[in-house]
Amino acid sequence: MAARGGYWSTLTDPLIRQNPVTLQILGICSALAVTTTLATAVTMSVSLTIVVTLSAWIISLIRRHIPGAIRLIVQIVIIASLVIVIDQVLQAYLPDISRALSVYVGLITTNCLVLGRTEAYARHHSPLPAMADAFGNGLGYSLILIVLGGVRELFGKGELFGVQVLPLASDGGWFTPLSLMLLAPSAFFLLGLLVWTIRSLLPEQSEARETTPPLTGEPAE
Amino acid sequence: MAGPDRNPIRRLLALPNESRTKTVLVAFLVSAVCAALVSGATVMLRPIQAANRAAEEQARIAALVEGIPGMAELLERSGGELSTVVIDLESGRAAQEVTPATLQTALADPANWTALDAGEDLAGLGQRPDYVQVFLLRNGEEISLVLLPLSGQGYGGRIDAIMALRGDMNNVAGIAVTNHSETPGLGGRIEEAAWQAGFPGTELRDASGEVQFRVARGTASSVHEVDGITGATRTGRGVTNMVRFWMGPDGYGPLMDAIRRGEF
Repeated sequence: MAARGGYWSTLTDPLIRQNPVTLQILGICSALAVTTTLATAVTMSVSLTIVVTLSAWIISLIRRHIPGAIRLIVQIVIIASLVIVIDQVLQAYLPDISRALSVYVGLITTNCLVLGRTEAYARHHSPLPAMADAFGNGLGYSLILIVLGGVRELFGKGELFGVQVLPLASDGGWFTPLSLMLLAPSAFFLLGLLVWTIRSLLPEQSEARETTPPLTGEPAE
Repeated sequence: MAGPDRNPIRRLLALPNESRTKTVLVAFLVSAVCAALVSGATVMLRPIQAANRAAEEQARIAALVEGIPGMAELLERSGGELSTVVIDLESGRAAQEVTPATLQTALADPANWTALDAGEDLAGLGQRPDYVQVFLLRNGEEISLVLLPLSGQGYGGRIDAIMALRGDMNNVAGIAVTNHSETPGLGGRIEEAAWQAGFPGTELRDASGEVQFRVARGTASSVHEVDGITGATRTGRGVTNMVRFWMGPDGYGPLMDAIRRGEF
């Protein structure tokens, strides 16, 4: 994942091939919590992408001067401050969505994805590649959130961005909403199916078996 | 470079990362910059957030009135506007000098607040304003609905709510929670319509005039109770105490007596 392939591969790798959610299984809790509607999923994605890109940039700028003993604290303080600023901006300009996201914007601070990128990549690379990597990871996370949010809102309410797409049976249409889609478990199922699909298409993503199944075939005599 | 650098910043940056001075200084600088960033954002955005909250409160009041059966129609007949009155809590009458426009300035003066003894202070407020703005809806001369702002200590912080009472000053017509900081998913569910739906029809007082309202532990078992929220006992107790304080003699008691006597 080094800058060898240029910025383009640093940016596009995390979309599918190195996707932080489906490959590294990071940032799951927010992916489950905020994807009931597309609007919250998009807002959360944008907030996280901004936070991860800016924090990667700042940390990469001061990377030569972060003392090893306190490097995690320094990174978390920077990330947390950016998250608070984003939260305040959302509360000021998008109050409804901010209420729907409730604590999850604040929890971007503890999202392993953000600290993971700053600790693993930004700390060792110059600002531009660090930002490209962080932005790519933000987009990878956003992609999964938007897919989940879209599927859940479409099948859970028959809406997309709050606009009725499928005519509801209660209003004379044909579509009966699947209430399960609005509950957290459905996000788990969808995410599982998504991981399964991606790993079937890209077998190199599958993890090695931890145990080997016992040999069968030769029946005991 | 010959000789030590004169510029103290450059000298500092040249220190090895593991040195104690640099560790302390980097920690200090990072926290100072972050503190400035966070405070700056909070201070700059506060007016917009306050305006949002005020607009939201208006919307909640409108939704509260709309949601009470028969009230939307009454509101329309009275010109679509609730009448706003500033009440002097002590006497229970409309305040003479203070109007809704001057209420903010009046409340900035500590002389217009009354300190509460521990015994009286059910809602955990410490002090109570002497003037409060309430909303009335009249049907001809008779008062058919009063909206009373309440506030009290919950589990995570202060809870602000608006309670709608019918003209008899005993039947609750509805409640809207305008501000709270309870735990999301537990106490935070007081802002959900499903919980607030338990309020209409609840009676505040028993036959002897004692305030009996409370948030039950579990399911409501009498006409004075509303359902409790599992896992939010202290939020429920906060709401109980808030309602009991404001409906009692130190809250809207004098006002409610005056309305019941038909003096309002």
